[in-house]
Parts: sequence; structure tokens; C-alpha cells
Amino acid sequence: MKSMELTRRQFLKGTGALVVSFNFFPSSSVLAQSMVVPRTDADPAQLDSWLAIAPDGTVTVFSGKVDLGTGVETALAQIVAEELDVPFRQIHMIGLDTAKAIDQGITAGSRTIERGGPQLRQAAAAARQELLKLAAAKLKSTPEKLVVKDGVVSVAGDPKKNVTYAQLIGGKQFNVRLNVTDSGWNMKVAPEVRAKDVKDYRVVGTSQKRVELPSKLTGEFVYAHDVRIPGMLHGRVIRPPTIASNPAGIDESTVKSIPGIIKVVQEGSFVGVVCTTEWAAIKAAKALKVTWSKPATKMPANSEEVFTYLKNTKSLRDQVTVNRGNPDAALGQASKTYEAAYRWPFQLHGMMGPSCAVADVGKDQATIYTGTQGSFETRKAVAELLGLPDKNVRVFWREASGSYGRMGADDVAEDAALLSRAVGKPVRVQWMRDDEHAWEPKGPAQLDLLRAGVNAQGKIIAWDFADRGFPLTAASGRGLRLLASRQIGMKPTADGNSNGTQGGGEMYTFENQKCAAPLIPWVQADETPLRTGYLRAPGDIGRCFASESFIDEIAADQHADPIQFRLRYLGSNQRGIDALTAVAKEAKWQERPSPAASSSEAKVTGRGVAISNRAGTICGAVAEVEVDKATGKVAVKRFLLSHDCGLIINPDGLKNQIEGNIIQGVSRALMEEVKFDSTGIKTLDWSTYPVIRFPEVPVIEIVLINRPEMPALGGGEPSSAPIAAAIANAVFDAVGVRLREAPFTPERVLVAMQKKA
Amino acid sequence: MARIPLKVNGKTQVVDAEPDMPLLYALRNDLRLNGPKFGCGMAQCGACTVIMDGNAIRSCVTPVSSAQNRSVTTLEGLGSTKKLHKIQQAFVDEQALQCGYCINGMIMSTKALLDKTPKPTDTHIKQALAGNLCRCGTHTRILRAVKRASGQLA
Repeated sequence: MKSMELTRRQFLKGTGALVVSFNFFPSSSVLAQSMVVPRTDADPAQLDSWLAIAPDGTVTVFSGKVDLGTGVETALAQIVAEELDVPFRQIHMIGLDTAKAIDQGITAGSRTIERGGPQLRQAAAAARQELLKLAAAKLKSTPEKLVVKDGVVSVAGDPKKNVTYAQLIGGKQFNVRLNVTDSGWNMKVAPEVRAKDVKDYRVVGTSQKRVELPSKLTGEFVYAHDVRIPGMLHGRVIRPPTIASNPAGIDESTVKSIPGIIKVVQEGSFVGVVCTTEWAAIKAAKALKVTWSKPATKMPANSEEVFTYLKNTKSLRDQVTVNRGNPDAALGQASKTYEAAYRWPFQLHGMMGPSCAVADVGKDQATIYTGTQGSFETRKAVAELLGLPDKNVRVFWREASGSYGRMGADDVAEDAALLSRAVGKPVRVQWMRDDEHAWEPKGPAQLDLLRAGVNAQGKIIAWDFADRGFPLTAASGRGLRLLASRQIGMKPTADGNSNGTQGGGEMYTFENQKCAAPLIPWVQADETPLRTGYLRAPGDIGRCFASESFIDEIAADQHADPIQFRLRYLGSNQRGIDALTAVAKEAKWQERPSPAASSSEAKVTGRGVAISNRAGTICGAVAEVEVDKATGKVAVKRFLLSHDCGLIINPDGLKNQIEGNIIQGVSRALMEEVKFDSTGIKTLDWSTYPVIRFPEVPVIEIVLINRPEMPALGGGEPSSAPIAAAIANAVFDAVGVRLREAPFTPERVLVAMQKKA
Repeated sequence: MARIPLKVNGKTQVVDAEPDMPLLYALRNDLRLNGPKFGCGMAQCGACTVIMDGNAIRSCVTPVSSAQNRSVTTLEGLGSTKKLHKIQQAFVDEQALQCGYCINGMIMSTKALLDKTPKPTDTHIKQALAGNLCRCGTHTRILRAVKRASGQLA
């Protein structure tokens, strides 16, 4: 796999049969010309839509998946290289262009390896099958007698009789139809084609280095933020502080004297400025005096109000994932019962680089450059916004800042499209830091209510778990309408209530057990800054924090070792047992109940455990913390994690993701909370919304559990789930106080300790 | 508007700009140097870091006029993919990034650190990079990369 620019150049040079305007930054006129030709979407039933082999043997893959900084393109390239038997460095992944790529569904939810991987694998397997057929004819043999190494097909036992892939098909089309059913994440590609046996894998399972990485380290890599096209202007959007209310007045005289101002744009309640330079746009956006009308929708005054609302509001539906026996009756018969409520706050994705896009909108076509997670979703949203057919909008994906779910709601592409349409020129829009902190769709608050009962022997006989949360309603292309669409008066065509975390991920089996994720309506006639979106491992972190803390409470009350206690309820969950055992071994876990013996030291240490299952990926986590008794400050000193996501594609890439999940997870557990009042968001920068810094990062140890017999599952987010729970349990072990609300700030820990004393 | 000469990566170029415009926009938009990134505009995250007269500074809050007659080095001034600087090579060796949006700041802060303190301790490194935020969580790899760049890792 080579870098994108090389890819395109070589691809053009090497391929005659395959297509069209691959300019890295096509000028507006080139684009306009290419737009004249009516296009159809890439047909996934055509093998040529998936990949092409050039005369020099390089393999170009038209993946419908993007890389959000996770390195997943490298892993996908490994899958293709493996299946085709070509050298890894010969695979070129093309950055997603909606005019060329197959729609494999949004890149999200840790589903890229799990779903997108097999799609690419089967397409590559079908290509290999066809190449063997061609080779058999050429070599006067049969496919069964042929072997492939590094793109060279030879007759087994007679290596002199050989032909290369490039000689067979280089620069030509396969013209092979594939058996394809369903679409997006669920698309099944050529399922009847036999893929390689896992025991023959040579590329999958190795730590290939990421190909784009050197160019990111030198400034040569072109991020979405670095896209410049001829004639491009700069825009900024001015949003109201609270709700999408209407501008009662705009005083344009406040920006008239700014050199480079082109236009103040107002459409409905959407207000923006367009200038010749970025600095002028920033200054104009700041200077423009807009008086906003009184908003129609009210923001909650504080988080207490949100949690009260979550508690008292009737759910849209309860989303029961486990319903076994009769927990209510069993609670009545229990020798001892337990009850607790846990709270998870609104949190930010907090992209380091705020949202950025370039739009070039013409009379009947538009081109967008963006770091969206769903290029086809952005295309649909922008097409609807502009009143154009989908196919007249072309979205060029460019890698942007790590987004952790945020760019499934591509707000900025819509901002840029509206501003570009207003001035008839290409416009680049980048959100300022406070725009991003205020208006990004947030990971919403959760209120988790748990009840349990034990019998006379201390065995849990009843478990009732309700994870009360909000739907996730900010997403592109699903009729939900993002900020700009709503501000110009477009009504949502979907209510968004079907988007939410569905609960699940239970690790244990109890005789009487109910697990539900009641979905509480979060009605917003207008978008408020407390809009909700998918944030890494949506719902699972809060849910795991609650249930894994609660079982820890019971274990402590029963004077049982937290790991031994958990093992009693894992039953036949062998992967759960393995993950828990593996992390305990790595941590040299000493069997004893929590809390630890009390100490007179000023700083005391503790250890805590948690396990999780997100989308089939199982994790075991152990946190080792130090609590400063005088200040309440929690320091995570060491974090250990065992990780089982089935077959591992790239061990080092996976470790990089897990380390990231742990560090981001520690940050979210210890310090992250969106603060607000009825006038708006109060955490608008990195000082009011702090995230982890170098001195606070723990030592990390990871145990990878590889399961070649299993399909490959996701690693992008599952290990986020158990982090907060393990830390809370470690704090209990250290100081004997139970934290039931995140983040675990010094103030909160101090209050908890004072309550106990 | 004023004509402001800037000496960047050893080369002097003149930009036409408002004197109060932060240096970051001159580097990115006028000189087309994409290494420094806009992250916050408030000197809180470090994504825009460049080296001016030997010190790591935040170009997002440094007026372009104040960079006159100073020597500015950006990420591009260190090395290229054809010939990586030893710090950049160490980051490759440790695969020390994910999205990489913050990495300009990490490398430039490391450069300033190692120029003054060739063999920093772990604590030194953590302190020197404490003002640089990374959201993907590649901190432990970055620490190893800095150790490697300073020749303290086999």
C-alpha cells in the first residue's frame, strides 16, 4: 500500500482501461466537465467496481471505507493483499470518492473490519479465482494445479511455467459479475467464492507499518483542512449561543471595514460570512453583530435537571435485551437486596481539528471535500439541502482529525455548501474551537438504575438493570437534518428515535435477570447545543460503568474477591472467562476482597477490574490507581487490558487503537463533562473542558487474545467500554468509597470520602 | 495590509497581511505550509506549534508582525518523506500517531526540547509535552518516540 498521491499517479500511468479525472485537486472547470457526464453509482455486482490491476501489477482498491486515523486502511489493504497473494506494498487504497467508490456503509461502530473486511476479502477472492481461470488457460493447466506467490501464478511443481497477474489482466477489466445481496454494512459479496484458509495467512496477522504515516510526520499529507482549490474563499458561520433561534437583526456595518469581506449570508436563521482570506472571515464572524430572537426550545438549567428528566420521563421503548426468570419475584425472596443509580454525563468527541470542509456549488452540481465518516450520507444530505439529485453531488473524502463518531454528522459540509451557493464560488469553512465545543453533537447523559438480590449463600438470584438514555439524533443523510438544514427551515423527515444505543453486551447469567435500555425522548423542535450523536462505544461506557460497579459493590459486600465473584456468573461465557483470567494473570492479581486494608498514608493505592462486550469484542480491564486523600485526586498509574476481537489483522495497529481507547477512556472517566445552563454550553475550550495530558497518562499493558478460528471483529472502540468501571472499582479498593457519577473529579471523590467519614 | 518579510525554514518570503493576523495563517495560507494546524486558536492545544528563534511557540496566537526578523522553523523544515529527520524517523519506528492532527506540535515541541536537552528524562519529556493535547491517545508511543529520537531507546 502506498500513499494516496502516489496511488493516483501510478494508477493513471499504469492503467488504460479504467477511468477518468483522477486529479488530486481537480479545478472547478475540470470538475464541471466531469459533472456533465451522467454518472451511475459504482455497481457492487461488478468485480471491476472493487479493484483494478495495473500493467505494473499494482492493485487499486476502490474501498467504500475511510480511515479516521485508526489505520484501518492498512488493515483492509492487508486483507486484500492476503486474498490476492500480492505483496502488501503493491496494494493502493483510493481515498473515497462517491463517483467511484462502492457504498459499503458509514465508517463507524467498529464495523469496518467486521463488515467491510469480508466484503473486500470476497471481492479479492473472486478476482483471484478469475485470475486462476485466465492463468489456467494461458498455462494449459487447471486452476487446481496452480499456485500464486507475489502476484505470479505458476504450475505447482513446475515454477518455470508461470504468468503474472499483470500479464493476465494488467490495465484491462475483469468483466466478471459477482453475486451480491443487500447493501451497506449488510452487503454480502460473492459468498460462494471460497476464500483462503486462515492457516495459510501470511500478511493478515502481521504488524504492517502504516503507509500514510511518514507523510503525516512531514506536513506532506493533505488533510481535509489542507484542501485548497482555485478561486476558493473562506467562510465562517455565526451560530446563536443557545438554540437555533432567528436573527432578529444583523448589523452589517460592523464588518464593512474588514478588508476582504465579500458577503454576509443570511438564509432563515443560518448566518455566515464569506471573505477572501481566512483571517478576514474569522474577524468578520467575531465582529458581526447579530441579535438573536428568544429561542422557542428551552435548554435544561443544569445536569440535575437532565438526570431528573431521564428518571421521570416515560420511555419510547424499553429495548429489553435479556429477560430471564422473574427478577421482581426473586427480589422479594432475596436474603439481601441492593439498589443503586449511576450517572454518566454529556461528553464531547473533542476532535483536535475542528470540523472543516470545502464546497464548490454550481447551478446544478456540487463538489464537497470533507472528512465525513459517511461520504454517501453527506452526499444525500447536501443534495437535499441544495435540492439536487444525489448524483449531481460529488463528495471527495479527505482524512481529517480523528473524529470518534462525530463526523457521522457532517455539519460543516452543509455550512460550506450554503455559503458557496450564496457567493457562487468555492468556499472553505472551518469551525472555530468554540463552535466545535458548543455545537458538536455530544455523547449524551445516561442514568442507569440497578437492583439485585442475593440468597442466603450470597449468590445473586435477581438482577434488574435499566440503562436510561437518549436517542442519537444528529447524523447525515437519514432525514434527521443537521444544523444548517434546520436553520434554513428544512423539516426532519425522520424522528431519530430509532437511533440510539440498543443496550446489550451482558457478560453474566443470573437466574432471574432483566436488562433493558429504555430510550427516553429528547424532543428538540430546534437543534440545541445538547444535540446528541454517536460517541465512541455509544452507551457502552456508561452502561459498563454502572453494571460493573454494581457487581463490584455486591462482591465487596459479600467479602468476595472481585474476579472470583465475577467468574461465578460467567457460566459458559468462555471468551469472557479467558479475557478476565488473562488480565488477572498479567496484573499479578492477588485474591482478596475490596476494599484494601486501610492505610494511614496520604496517598493510597487500589486495584479494580471490569469486563465488557461491545459488538462481540470482549475486554478484561484492570486499573491500578492512587488516590490523594487530602485532595481527592485520582491518578491512574497502570492500566492493563486483555482484548479478544476474534482474528487479529494487524497486532500493532490493534494495540495502537487499544492504547488510544484506554487513554481517552481514562480522560473521559476522570475529567470530562460538558457543562451548561439555560443560556448555553459553558465548556467552550480546553481549559473548561480539560482532557488528559502527558503527565497523567498511565503505564499501559495489553494482552491480545487472537482467535484465528473466529471472524475478525472490530477494535476501534470496544476497549473504551470497561475503562471507567475499572477505575471506579479501583478507587473503591483504595479508599472504600463508591463513585456513582462520572467524571471522578477530585471534588466528587472528596465529597464521597467525606460522606463516608 | 502590510508587507511582512518572514524567514521560514531558512528562506525569506514576503507576505501581504494584516499585522495582527496570527502567524499560523501566513504559514498555512500564504506560504502553503500545511504542517502547522489550527486546533484552538487560543494556545491551548499545541497543534500550531512552530519554532521561532529556538523556542517552541504557538503560531495561532503569535501576530505575524512579531515574526519579522526572526527565524521560524516549521515541520517542513525538519525533513521530508525522502529524508526524514531523526525525530520523524523515531515516530515512524514507534508508529507514534493515529490521526496525526496533533503530531506537528508533538514533533516541534520535541525538537525544541532535544535542542536544549539532548537526553531528557521521562519527567522532562512529559513536562515539555504537557501543553500538547492528543485526542487519539497515542501518548505512550510519543513518549517512546522521543526517547528513541534522543538515543535513549535501543
